[in-house]
Amino acid sequence: MSGKDEAELSRLMRAAIAGDERAYADFLHRIAALVRGFVRRKIVQGGVDPEDVVQETLLAIHVKRHTWRQDAPVLPWIYAIARFKLIDAFRRRGRRIEIDVDDIAETFAEPETETVSERDINRALDSLSPAQRSVVSAVSVEGRSIGETAAKFGISETAVRVSLHRGLAAIAKRFGQGRFGRE
Amino acid sequence: MRTDDLIKALDADAGSKAMPLQSAWWMAAGAAAVIAAVVFLLTIGPRPDFMAAAHTMRFLSKFVFTVVLAVSAFALIRALSTPGASTGRAMAWMAAAPVLVAVAVVLELFMVPEALWGTRMVGSNMMICMGFIPLIGLGPLAIFLWMLRYGAPTRPVLAGAVAGLLAGGLAATFYAAHCFDDSPLFVATWYTIAIAALALLGALGGRFFIRW
Repeated sequence: MSGKDEAELSRLMRAAIAGDERAYADFLHRIAALVRGFVRRKIVQGGVDPEDVVQETLLAIHVKRHTWRQDAPVLPWIYAIARFKLIDAFRRRGRRIEIDVDDIAETFAEPETETVSERDINRALDSLSPAQRSVVSAVSVEGRSIGETAAKFGISETAVRVSLHRGLAAIAKRFGQGRFGRE
Repeated sequence: MRTDDLIKALDADAGSKAMPLQSAWWMAAGAAAVIAAVVFLLTIGPRPDFMAAAHTMRFLSKFVFTVVLAVSAFALIRALSTPGASTGRAMAWMAAAPVLVAVAVVLELFMVPEALWGTRMVGSNMMICMGFIPLIGLGPLAIFLWMLRYGAPTRPVLAGAVAGLLAGGLAATFYAAHCFDDSPLFVATWYTIAIAALALLGALGGRFFIRW
């Protein structure tokens, strides 16, 4: 959390906003590490999975990047978002305890589907429309480029970009509303 | 989905653009002022002796209070909708309008004989005041709450309340041009109640409407 971090991250973010994709990837990887450290320090007892909070924070940073003022330091902005998402996760955890009858029912119904990799974001992904879900999965999990994804589904690159953007926005919105379970 | 996979998706979406929040706030303020002006002119409009009244201190003081409130609330709401922005100074400026009103009230109490205090405070149209300030402020409040959704307020209830104060300051600025009751005693009582109603509505909006 040095001044060097701040200067480097601000520079990457400005480059990313100007359209430099490589700078954006670099920026996201660095803040993922920063936020992971921050969240792990704050979560001392179980109940909240740190990586879920990291993913939520990254999504929020992405969909809210127009709220960063380019002349302001970027680290306070990042930590304010991470803190907000962490508090949100704790609050939700508190609520889940109150309604744990449903949780138990669900656990009995399908015990073996819960694995370590079963993340909030996967459930959010499941709630997308089929077109958005396949595009988001192709670009993320399968690691395809926009062009490869367009070729795979036989649609235009613009259509891929639109589906990806709307899908990510829908996941972020779902997280914001605290809807994580299946509906 | 692993975090690295998520980053791939976010990176592929790097090209999507949204208007910077600070520019959007200025547009929203402009739109809110236009809506408030239209509602004001279509309903009650300015008082007939507006030009003559504009030469009196009491009439002009109303605009000082409401404009100071609107300007300070606008500065604060822009900070509150930006994560990590410092809000201390903007928060302190929120005291300016109440302090000005309080000073004016004290001056009025010295200048007006005690027998008239009651009539000055009750005024002639407090019901219109309490009805029309919220009415004129409703459209602007909706715009400001929508803007808070576009932004990222980490204290949504407080931000919503400030949205109500901003809408109230804006609406009261227009309403003051209609109102015949110019005494600070009237303003301190009824304008405050009407603006507080908008602030409460804004806080509720912040609680239930602003999620991100």
